[in-house]
Amino acid sequence: MSVAHCGDFRQSYRDDMKVLETRFVRVSVGAFLVLLYIFPLLASNYLTSTMTTIGIAVIGALGINIVTGYTGQISLGQGAFMGVGAFACSYFMRIAHLPFWIAMPLAGLATAAVGMVFGLPSARLKGLYLAIATLAAQFILQYLFIHMDAVTGGSNGIQFPPPEIGSFVFDGDRSKYYLTITVAISAVLFTTNLMRSRDGRAFIAVRDHHLSAEIMGVHLFKYRLLSFSVSAFYAGIAGSLWGVYTGYISAEHFTLTESINYLAMIIIGGLGSVLGSIFGAVFMTLLPQFLTVGTGALAQIFPKIGFLIMSLKDGVFGIIVILFLIFEPDGLAHRWRLIKAYWKLYPFSY
Amino acid sequence: MTSSLERPVQLAVENISLRFGGVMALGGLGFSVRNGEIFSIIGPNGAGKTSMLNCISGRYQPQRGTISFDGHDITHRPPAARARLGIARTFQNIALFKGMSVLDNLLIGRHIHLKSGLLRGGFYFGPCQKEEIEHRRIVEDIVDFLEIEHIRKRIVGTLAYGLQKRVELARALALNPKLILLDEPMAGMNLEETEDMVRFILDINQERGITVILVEHDMGVVMDISDHLVVLNFGEKIGEGSPDEVQADPEVIKAYLGGEDSVFLGR
Ligand SMILES: Nc1ncnc2c1ncn2[C@@H]1O[C@H](COP(=O)(O)OP(=O)(O)OP(=O)(O)O)[C@@H](O)[C@H]1O
Ligand SMILES: [Mg+2]
Repeated sequence: MSVAHCGDFRQSYRDDMKVLETRFVRVSVGAFLVLLYIFPLLASNYLTSTMTTIGIAVIGALGINIVTGYTGQISLGQGAFMGVGAFACSYFMRIAHLPFWIAMPLAGLATAAVGMVFGLPSARLKGLYLAIATLAAQFILQYLFIHMDAVTGGSNGIQFPPPEIGSFVFDGDRSKYYLTITVAISAVLFTTNLMRSRDGRAFIAVRDHHLSAEIMGVHLFKYRLLSFSVSAFYAGIAGSLWGVYTGYISAEHFTLTESINYLAMIIIGGLGSVLGSIFGAVFMTLLPQFLTVGTGALAQIFPKIGFLIMSLKDGVFGIIVILFLIFEPDGLAHRWRLIKAYWKLYPFSY
Repeated sequence: MTSSLERPVQLAVENISLRFGGVMALGGLGFSVRNGEIFSIIGPNGAGKTSMLNCISGRYQPQRGTISFDGHDITHRPPAARARLGIARTFQNIALFKGMSVLDNLLIGRHIHLKSGLLRGGFYFGPCQKEEIEHRRIVEDIVDFLEIEHIRKRIVGTLAYGLQKRVELARALALNPKLILLDEPMAGMNLEETEDMVRFILDINQERGITVILVEHDMGVVMDISDHLVVLNFGEKIGEGSPDEVQADPEVIKAYLGGEDSVFLGR
């Protein structure tokens, strides 16, 4: 037993199964939550709405991590699934006149159903072949976004009405922030819990060794399909919140690039890790912003080659992502664990 | 030990044939295993022992023959359905969930007994937590029984080979099976580990009343602990009976003596 465990006597299995193991961790997490809720009071509107996009990304990243990180099936359709959620939610609000609070969960369920349909190939396909099948989902859905004018507004896009409670309308940066962050925190909690109960463990078992999972009574196809639809549910919720955030949705946003962005998020953050989904979402949302600010500043200093510098942005973004994959192949969440382990033993690091 | 002959048949294997392309892995094999006995399948490398276990657990689908368990015809049932009926197994090459902790591996063994689905799992507090604690207790009993308390939180992929074998046995037990299939549980173990494993198998059989089908090359162990055994060679049965009967069987002796497995029957 290591030094750090001294005095760590757990009274019951209930204590032993706690997610936040020590008082220190519980207090830190509590403080962080408080900080999240007072953040808009301290920060600018720009920062607040950046945080809103991070919240949306966290939900989407948790979703794709369930199907890819936890269950081991690469999905290239998360962007399109977000689109399904956004258009469905808008449709339920505009045409069926449902309040957002019912439309959003319904949109999640509708997206889950679509995810399940596009997860059907997982009965037969694995690995890269399955990834290609999900790529097909991306393209088919994108095609539908453009051509189902009645629902999606075609290539013009369509309006997304703001949520309301009584006479209060969620159309300001702050109210959108509070809405998004609350849903994102719920998604983090839900996912954490899921992964320490029956179905979450089954996902991981299917990923680690599908043959012995089956021998242990885990119904492979059921869980492969379930992971697709749960993942799509998250995407549907994230898409709905994206609609709230922008107020106007169009097919342009829900492309393959967006899907790959989400995949990159969980690879950089950490596959099969809730914390990794959060880290990845933060990283992939902030990096382009930093680059925009950085290249913008450089372009002002060197106005003659300003255009060149601005266009380097995407390349630099790609290089940073690649460097991360080379030097942090296990993701940021893994690095975080190492740092934590180091401080736990400090100063006896050996 | 012969009293097990009066017990009812739990697993009946009839006329099983399994081929892979031109290779006849099993050729019309039949035997029956009675409730609560230790039944061994022996034979030289490539005889078809693992293939037979795979047919029972549902990993392979034989082209001919039937397998029935507790009165159910399971020949065409998927592996997961057989687990639900009470068949568990370990593998010749360890097949654990390497990225999960020992406890989580065992909790997968409880999968078929757990009821909390997606929603209850996601909300966790309340019925799901109660259930998790209850099943954690069951799993901890098995952890105690197999003496793996010290590694319960370790990630399985980082454990030594002998311990992984033990965790695999623990995971199979967590299923609470009626029949357990063990494919070379002592392979690659030293004397002490082998003795432990023998003790565990006997306890599983006698205290928990679980029927054991054992595939093992260590003839000393097999002859010591088996109630009955079948001897396979090239997918066919060449002998059957109690350890004494099999050891005296001229057919069996002939198949092994003179071949590279001449030491096979000796200790
Ligand atoms: N999946 C498979 N594909 C092709 N041939 C197979 C397959 N599984 C088994 N065989 C063949 O079937 C025969 C029996 O193999 P099996 O693994 O059942 O033998 P075994 O008795 O378990 O041997 P060992 O003692 O080496 O474990 C062998 O000839 C083997 O090559
Ligand atoms: Mg074998």
